[in-house]
Amino acid sequence: MRYSGFRVIKEALTGHKGWKPAWREPDPQPEYDYVIIGGGGHGLATAYYLAKEFGQKRIAVLEKGWIGGGNVGRNTTIIRSNYLLDGNEPFYEFSLKLWEGLEQDFNFNAMVSQRGIVNLFHTDGQRDAYVRRGNVMLLNGADAEYLSPEQLKSELPFLNFDNARFPIKGGLAQRRGGTVRHDAVAWGYARGADQHGVDIIQNCEVTGIRRQDGRITGVDTSRGFIGAKKIGCAVAGNSGRLMAMVDKRLPIESHVLQAFVSEGLKPVLPNVVTFGAGHFYISQSDKGGLVFGGDIDGYNSYAQRGNLPVVEDVCESGMAIMPMIGRARLLRMWGGVMDMSMDGSPIIDRTDIYGLYFNGGWCYGGFKATPASGWCFAHLLARDEPHATATAYRFDRFRKGLMIDEKGAGAQPNLH
Amino acid sequence: MIIEHPLLGPRDAQEFTCLGDASLINRPDWQEDDAVNRFYEYLYLRDNPAGEHRELWYHEQGDRSWLVVTRNTVTHEILRVELAIDVARTARSKDRT
Amino acid sequence: MSTDNRLEGGLVDRSSSVRFSFDGASYTGFKGDTLASALLANGVRLMGRSFKYHRPRGPLTAGPEEPNALVELRGKNRREPNTRATTVELFDGLEADSQNRWPSLKFDALAINDLMPSLFAAGFYYKTFMWPKAFWEKLYEPLIRRAAGLGSLSGEPDPDVYDKGFLHCDMLVIGSGPAGLAAALAGGRAGARVILAEEDFIVGGRLNAESFSVDDKPGHEWARSVFDELSSMANVRILTRTAVIGAFDHGVYGALERLTDHLATAEPGKPRQVLWRIYAKRTVLCAGATERPIAFPNNDRPGIMLSGAIRSYVNRFATTPGKKVAIFTNNDDGLRTVTDLKAKGVEIAAVIDTRTDGPSIDNVTHFQGARVVDTKGRYGLQEITVEQANGKTCRIDCLALGVSGGWNPNVHLTCHQRGRPVWDESLAAFLPHGVPEGMQVAGAANGELSTAAAFATGARTAGEALEDLGFKATGGKLPQSEDDPVNISPFWYVEGKGRAWVDLQNDVTVKDIKLAHQEGYRSVEHLKRYTTLGMATDQGKTANITGLAVMAEATGKSIPETGTTIFRPPYSPVAIGAFAGRHRDMSFRPVRKTPSHKWAEEQGAVFVEAGQWLRAQWYPQSGETHWRESVDREVLATRKSVGICDVTTLGKIDIQGADATRFVNAVYCNAFAKLPVNKVRYGLMLREDGMVMDDGTTARLAEDHYVMTTTTANAGPVFRHLEFCRQCLWPELDVQLISTTEAWAQFAVAGPNSRGLLRKIVDRDFDLSNDAFPFMGCAEVTVCGGLRARLFRISFSGELAYEIAVPTRYGDALVRALMKAGEEFDVTPYGTEALGVMRIEKGHVTGNELNGTITALNLGMERMVSSKKDSIGTVLSRREGMNHGDALKLVGLRPVDASQAFAAGSHFMKRGDEASAANDQGYMTSVCFSPNLGHAIGLGFLKDGANRIGEVVRAVNPLQKQETEVEVVSPHFIDPEGERLRG
Repeated sequence: MRYSGFRVIKEALTGHKGWKPAWREPDPQPEYDYVIIGGGGHGLATAYYLAKEFGQKRIAVLEKGWIGGGNVGRNTTIIRSNYLLDGNEPFYEFSLKLWEGLEQDFNFNAMVSQRGIVNLFHTDGQRDAYVRRGNVMLLNGADAEYLSPEQLKSELPFLNFDNARFPIKGGLAQRRGGTVRHDAVAWGYARGADQHGVDIIQNCEVTGIRRQDGRITGVDTSRGFIGAKKIGCAVAGNSGRLMAMVDKRLPIESHVLQAFVSEGLKPVLPNVVTFGAGHFYISQSDKGGLVFGGDIDGYNSYAQRGNLPVVEDVCESGMAIMPMIGRARLLRMWGGVMDMSMDGSPIIDRTDIYGLYFNGGWCYGGFKATPASGWCFAHLLARDEPHATATAYRFDRFRKGLMIDEKGAGAQPNLH
Repeated sequence: MIIEHPLLGPRDAQEFTCLGDASLINRPDWQEDDAVNRFYEYLYLRDNPAGEHRELWYHEQGDRSWLVVTRNTVTHEILRVELAIDVARTARSKDRT
Repeated sequence: MSTDNRLEGGLVDRSSSVRFSFDGASYTGFKGDTLASALLANGVRLMGRSFKYHRPRGPLTAGPEEPNALVELRGKNRREPNTRATTVELFDGLEADSQNRWPSLKFDALAINDLMPSLFAAGFYYKTFMWPKAFWEKLYEPLIRRAAGLGSLSGEPDPDVYDKGFLHCDMLVIGSGPAGLAAALAGGRAGARVILAEEDFIVGGRLNAESFSVDDKPGHEWARSVFDELSSMANVRILTRTAVIGAFDHGVYGALERLTDHLATAEPGKPRQVLWRIYAKRTVLCAGATERPIAFPNNDRPGIMLSGAIRSYVNRFATTPGKKVAIFTNNDDGLRTVTDLKAKGVEIAAVIDTRTDGPSIDNVTHFQGARVVDTKGRYGLQEITVEQANGKTCRIDCLALGVSGGWNPNVHLTCHQRGRPVWDESLAAFLPHGVPEGMQVAGAANGELSTAAAFATGARTAGEALEDLGFKATGGKLPQSEDDPVNISPFWYVEGKGRAWVDLQNDVTVKDIKLAHQEGYRSVEHLKRYTTLGMATDQGKTANITGLAVMAEATGKSIPETGTTIFRPPYSPVAIGAFAGRHRDMSFRPVRKTPSHKWAEEQGAVFVEAGQWLRAQWYPQSGETHWRESVDREVLATRKSVGICDVTTLGKIDIQGADATRFVNAVYCNAFAKLPVNKVRYGLMLREDGMVMDDGTTARLAEDHYVMTTTTANAGPVFRHLEFCRQCLWPELDVQLISTTEAWAQFAVAGPNSRGLLRKIVDRDFDLSNDAFPFMGCAEVTVCGGLRARLFRISFSGELAYEIAVPTRYGDALVRALMKAGEEFDVTPYGTEALGVMRIEKGHVTGNELNGTITALNLGMERMVSSKKDSIGTVLSRREGMNHGDALKLVGLRPVDASQAFAAGSHFMKRGDEASAANDQGYMTSVCFSPNLGHAIGLGFLKDGANRIGEVVRAVNPLQKQETEVEVVSPHFIDPEGERLRG
């Protein structure tokens, strides 16, 4: 069933009787060609592109809870491709291009809103680093714009220009960046995948990965054994737990990132703004809530909740840069489990077990990567070679000294 | 969170900086033949358990002690706190024997 | 305006009349009223508009769970959107305006949405607005945005002050209803340190809202007497107007105290709110329960409210929402409202009980086994339609309808650490399960819904906690009160043609939930996200359970099988300003000032932020109109004669112990084992991954004593790293570390006349001659006639230079003495800009180059990395990917055309190559104008740069629309042989 304005009107006039489930609830088949573990954004996108773009069949997505319940369902919804390093920028620009046509592609309005993102800087050193970054973006065919304090004043007059501990010296803008209705991304991919024959199996927890003669044969799940020729693992914060089933240690730790939303407000913030003298990023959703976040709590956690010091730190940064939000009320806070990698960049690679593929290490930047992550992982699964934009996301880059370290923070996950 | 500092008693975790897995105490021998590989595994690979986790915390806004905190990563319950220097000494003396 | 809805009695202070305005109209109420109760007393039922359909709405509740009656409170830069009228304490001069309506509350243009409800069914926007593609951002989204949102911010900085505080206690009691008061009394009498937190402005909870007595006193009087007793105890702290907003790890609770929100104007400087972090050994949660409605067609009109809320208005606020009231209930508690209204002389239009076996009531039109199936009244309830047990319907005139679907224990805080409540069939409600460590739940929050049970469980729970803590609970007689059983027959919604609202604020109806089910959004989380159920400012406090029940019915499963809803912090919304406290504007982060700060201010210095430090950036002199003039002058004067710069901010680490040499040798990658006493050496510090972490100089003051310097930015991280090495890696070493960054004021004295100047400062017994104190020497000396000091002959500028350090308290005096002594040499103070120019001229690297991805090889320092010792980072620096032939190398750059400028952040392209990522040759890290050379110079990393000296490349900077041809040169622009600094 296609969604359209016409269809909405027709159903409205006929009591909404014609709407079908967005995806089926199939029972698992005994065996699939591809089993994708993890019904989050990346897993669903992988299945969608495997079926649609790479023409593969007999695909299942296994989700231990309900689809879209991980980080795609709890993030600050920002999309952008303002990366610095060779290994990253082409990939994220590919992702942004996919976002730009996504809704027409999967026939679901995910409210991709290219309202622009502005990174503020506060020192000459930061300015130099942002100029370098902006140039990398332009040299890779992305868009970037240098904003003077005067331009910022006219675009974002509510920023703290007059009384700031760390004065605003300018900004780097990416106009094509923006926000997306995050849950709708999971649903859109799920519905699209389902329409291409993918079995989405919820409440199906993987409890073991079976191997024989150095290759995988399938997975044990809470709904029984499911055979698989190839297994793709896309479980974000649970990567360590899953790969421990095949005795693999990863260059990844799981950390908690908190995010926040305010009560609904009339439009006040036109785009995404990030603060450069603290860790803070903010946008306003279509419903009116200010959606914002900051740093991870800094300790390993699977608890999906954080603590007060970071809440306070984030709000301090918000008030430092945007003191008009003082009387807006914080409505909800939540925590997600982040797969923090050792260089802050992801992994999309084969493992040394034949038939087992891995996608993870997204840190807390995985949402914007969803389309390209799915596409590139599908490429790897279907063709057994990396997509051109994802060649650097290898396991062995740490062994070889080819880290992709945007922040230059080194092998300490909580600094990325 | 509150960390029961072995010398100073209960302290807010905000006074500390967390480094990560306490296995970082066990630095390999630089003269081994496969030292690069050993250092790679030491520095980059993690158990990352959902459950009990031994980790290093530094009392940055306090007495500058490094602590080994055994903490449950699912509940955040803290089961044990030791001075890292004691843990490291024990580990080194085991190495030698 | 009529004030006929005011009743006798109540807890309002009739001697203190209060004037206020709503949407510009003036009204009068009493002290003790809320905005909602005062408006109801004035006959105003219409207070807001809903989110999606812009339906007219009045208050549903009398408390913090309110979904409808949201207003913009106060004006100008103190405007507070989405404020619940049901919790706003009335004060004289209060101004409130309705929100989410245009042009007025009564005539709201967007109420047009309400004419096409079917079009706006759950999730409609996911299915349309996709064509044509460009229309989403240009047309559809702006329209949706404007229609959405509730109140508006002023757009001005929040003028109020917020504070943070820390409290410690043995027992935190959350909520001051009967259970909370009993618990606090037990704790207080036992001598424990107790904090009693109450969200309301008076203690008592439902005791203030109900008519029954406690120990033969009215409930509110009993509460008042307990308040007096607790207030007299030094070990009890009562925090009213304080909501506990979150339960965090290890007994840490967040609480928000509202200090001035109930005042017309606060004293200047007095904080508006305080965010408390409460450290509690034990916590007794006595948060009570929240009544839930029954959904039925057109159940959202002003005048339709919770039955218990009507009792609050009647008993506490002495007002009725209407002169003729009907009650719709599925439980006995709903019937209490009938009794209370009659006692106040309010006419009961009818009682509609969904049960056939409920108690019968005399002298009232009473329908059993009946339900409300429709209502009328555009801006306020006028009439209800009742379907009786026999299927017949009848219409009943009434101005208010009290609805009771039962009570939900307030389990919110028990869920904050992922506890999952469990369903209790007999109460038809979720009860706490998996509560946070250290927390116990008592009273209605734990499903003990009678007053007597609340007293009993409050006292007992507190007693158990106290005993655990080693206090002796005194026991004592429990107060006597009602102990009625809960008689409830679950009933969630009435089928019918019209819309039956479940989430009133977000306009989620029973049909929306069923549609979500039909479309496959069946898990509770999908339901919430697809329909927005429970996502409004009331966080679904009155909606979630009903929504779950509707979904359960649709799936054919029980409620517990369908799921549970958990709650996240904060319990009630908190102003972002309160979380920030005073850490905003100039107080966002501390300011660190250098020892010469005051002196520099006197010189008119311009300051710049360097992390938390403020450093002098340059010292403008009269006549200078551009910063470059000042900086060029400072550079030239220093290189010509002598300049002085405060370098205190560089990190200083004192390293002492028998194994100090071994330690220093192990943390630097270059050799340090043989550094003689009284010598300084440049040290390159790697991270364990082989990347450069920091660099600096380290001086050996004695056999067992070193002083290490770090860059300003890395003073903290390097010290942490060294302590890690000392404690975790090499615990057997006899070495101790202290950070002495703040202990020593340190100045660079640079330039050909620096020795001459210092001869006037350093006491005469010390020989400053080049032979006696050569380049890279260091010594402990005395200056200015006996003041102990440290002297280092090191140079960042490339000139003959020294750094001199004195105890910080003498820093100000020393800079003045240096300037005085330098008069004969025309000494010049220089700031960080001139410092930067001189270090680029000399080819020294700093933060711009050491960006965390740079190796010793990139810096051309690979030969320094010793392979003969164990030091941090050397092993992994040998990895193949960090040692390929094409690696970036530090080079100098100068413009082919000396008049041209270029910028840091430019990328290098070969001549003739297209500017693209594929052709990238490296990037420019630092750029300045060299007044000595008369043109721009730069440092940068270029692929295989060391072998490309003399090549011309393009520095492209498309971001700033700039491109310059530059020649690759040695990074040492000035005195490459180092003759000056050895002179």
